[in-house]
Amino acid sequence: MIAEIGLYALILGLLMALAQSFFGLAGPPFRRLRWMAVARPAAFGQLFFMALSYGCLTYLFVISDYSVRYVAKYSNPLMPFFYRIAGVWGAHEGSMMLWLLVLGIWTVLVALFSRKLPVEFSSRVLGVLGVISSGFFLFTLLTSNPFVRLLPPALHGGTLNPILEDPLLVIHPPMLYMGYVGLSVAFAFSVAALISGRMDAAWARWTRPWTLAAWIFLTIGIVLGSFWSYYELGWGGWWFWDPVENASFMPWLVATALIHSLAVSEKRGAFKSWTALLAIAGFSLSLLGTFLVRSGVLISIHAFALDPKRGMFILILLGVMTFLALILYLWRAPLLWNTGGGFHFLSRESFILFNNVLLIAGCGAVFLGTLYPLFIEVLGLGKISVGPPYFDHVFIPIMFPLFALIGIGPNVSWKRGSGSRLWHRIRWSFLVWTLAALALIVLAIRQRWPIETLLGTVFGAWVLASALIEPIHRLILRLRGEPARLTPSVLGMSIAHFGVGVVVLGITVSTTLGIWRDMPLQPGQSYRMAGFVYHFERIKPAQGRNWKGVRATFSIRQGGHAFSVVHPEKRRFFPDGGTTTNAAIVGGVVHDLFVSLGNPLGKGRWSIRFRYEPMVILVWLGGLIMALGGFLALCDRRYRIRFDEPPYLPLGALRPPPETEAEPRS
Amino acid sequence: MTRRHQRLVMVLLMLGCVSLAVGFALRAFNGDLLYYLTPTQLYDGRAPRHGQFRLGGVVEKGSVARMPGSMTVRFTLTDFKHAVPVVYTGILPDLFRVGQGIVVRGRMVSGIFQATQVLAKHGARYMPPGIHRPHPPSGEEKMLALKRDLAEGVRP
Repeated sequence: MIAEIGLYALILGLLMALAQSFFGLAGPPFRRLRWMAVARPAAFGQLFFMALSYGCLTYLFVISDYSVRYVAKYSNPLMPFFYRIAGVWGAHEGSMMLWLLVLGIWTVLVALFSRKLPVEFSSRVLGVLGVISSGFFLFTLLTSNPFVRLLPPALHGGTLNPILEDPLLVIHPPMLYMGYVGLSVAFAFSVAALISGRMDAAWARWTRPWTLAAWIFLTIGIVLGSFWSYYELGWGGWWFWDPVENASFMPWLVATALIHSLAVSEKRGAFKSWTALLAIAGFSLSLLGTFLVRSGVLISIHAFALDPKRGMFILILLGVMTFLALILYLWRAPLLWNTGGGFHFLSRESFILFNNVLLIAGCGAVFLGTLYPLFIEVLGLGKISVGPPYFDHVFIPIMFPLFALIGIGPNVSWKRGSGSRLWHRIRWSFLVWTLAALALIVLAIRQRWPIETLLGTVFGAWVLASALIEPIHRLILRLRGEPARLTPSVLGMSIAHFGVGVVVLGITVSTTLGIWRDMPLQPGQSYRMAGFVYHFERIKPAQGRNWKGVRATFSIRQGGHAFSVVHPEKRRFFPDGGTTTNAAIVGGVVHDLFVSLGNPLGKGRWSIRFRYEPMVILVWLGGLIMALGGFLALCDRRYRIRFDEPPYLPLGALRPPPETEAEPRS
Repeated sequence: MTRRHQRLVMVLLMLGCVSLAVGFALRAFNGDLLYYLTPTQLYDGRAPRHGQFRLGGVVEKGSVARMPGSMTVRFTLTDFKHAVPVVYTGILPDLFRVGQGIVVRGRMVSGIFQATQVLAKHGARYMPPGIHRPHPPSGEEKMLALKRDLAEGVRP
């Protein structure tokens, strides 16, 4: 019964989405205010039915109703309650439900916060979002219906992949989806502006907070995913250049480029067509990500649900939406040209242009490496894979110029900067950086660092110094009573750039100075690595609510003093669940020590992996700082749409056909 | 500088960036591409003469042998037509077991595949590309796998 209610709610949600897209998109060209007025309630209705349907599925998981196939496959009364709720999105069908729910939430947020926007524009935005929703509703109903009954019902539930049974599972996918799906809002704003042929500073100001919000969620989602793989997969390593990781990283790169180019569109009215293209690309890449994850076309460790039919559907969805958006772009983009005026070579605009070129080049490199195997296979040239060395060799060199420019760009004036003024503003950061770089060189020679470590830390120090000194400088100026702006958005940018510096340091130090060894050991033996002595005390059976396994005890000593006692585990989940390796990690800012159990080797011996990871925590900490910076910028007052602001297309202008619309604005 | 000159400089700089990126990409592609083969393709002589490649297959029953106390393990990977002996030193992934489809990375040295990496996927029913199980595993096979697991002490 509950399953049927869920299914009908899902179908009603589809109908609502269809109504939302039809009335939202058809209203403006037919100049029907009433049609346009339907889009907003339809969005509310869509979320209502979607939430109802999602609630039904969650309820089925909680009561473990085994007459529903999806539930029988992934729910189990042995699973803790918490994970039965989170388990809803642990596999394919449920994750599509989550996708739709998140899209519904974004749509309703847009509907709520777009009341002050011109009605034609907000109606089109909701219409485009409705089209996306309809596509995914159809996808879920036709290829991955979670409410399919199982007759006769199963006697025992299956289990969720035990790797997914982790507190981070509860947060990581929703965050990532908020980011992925949030990019569809930027897409909808862009497409709506392209349809109406108007894209001005106001448009950029409306789009910026949505893009920023999506970017924040995407950043947090990626950070959590990386942290999760570090401690949960059991073997260390926080980034593998796996296709699924790349699938979330590519939209992130584009979204980062987009928030920068939107700044130019808002402040200077330039880069508009480029911004529109980025918004389309960001959304297409997030669809592509879904396709890569769901189709299993690439060799990835993440491939959970493999079904070519599903992959095909998403590929068609991706193809149709991107194709239509690009056609629209080609048709309308010429209207957006020649606005905003030119800019000097030394100007904020040109620095942001370089930021965009580098980010997109990086994204292109990742794209090429991720999809090259697919092209080769389609061309019948055999099966190949592109390993992490490719990404390291190509992506990292592209990022270095970006790190160099990041400290300069924010200090250059718009339109035309002057060299002396620029020097005046960056001289303090430059001085601090020079001192830091000298100290690093001395340290590198003493500690015999590889050249990569020195290079990375020197660049990281530049990013940090410039991001830190600039707001302090402004603060001092303000305290002296001189004019200097220190708005939340300026501060947010500095904090986000500071986060980049922290990430650069973390990545550099942990990858170039980290060490790991696999050793065969038996209880009573010790192993010494990087100044720490690991003593294998014992290994004993252990048991949990839905698993059995072994638990080892290692005592770690440093320089003759007891440092810590850790307990790496190996768990086997029942019924027929897999095995997980639960590494023991002790650490802090300076370094992480990482011990994990390998395989029993016979005669009481085990293979043990020891890792020494210096400063690895900075990788995630930096990511979170970036998200924090974004959040601060989001709080800037200017993104709140003011009441006294004249709508840029008054309602009265709806009646006469506006002939001026096709004219390029100057 | 006139505006035209500036534009020219910008375009040239951008072209420089792009060609640098393409250059890096091409250079890296030469070194970092890995071919994926099945045991049958390997027997057909399609393995690269030098360097590493990936090999997919199913861990053959009764083939896993470990030198007691060492981290070296030997097994054979099969696609149910041909089998390739593999030797690997290191920690095997948790999902490694008899009858499991896995992908190994390494090179051929005098008829034996020296693996540097063993990948097993999430999902016990995973089959590497191009490998097809001829029939579902029989009860006897399942029993054998279970016994072997017990003998290896994976299941405490």
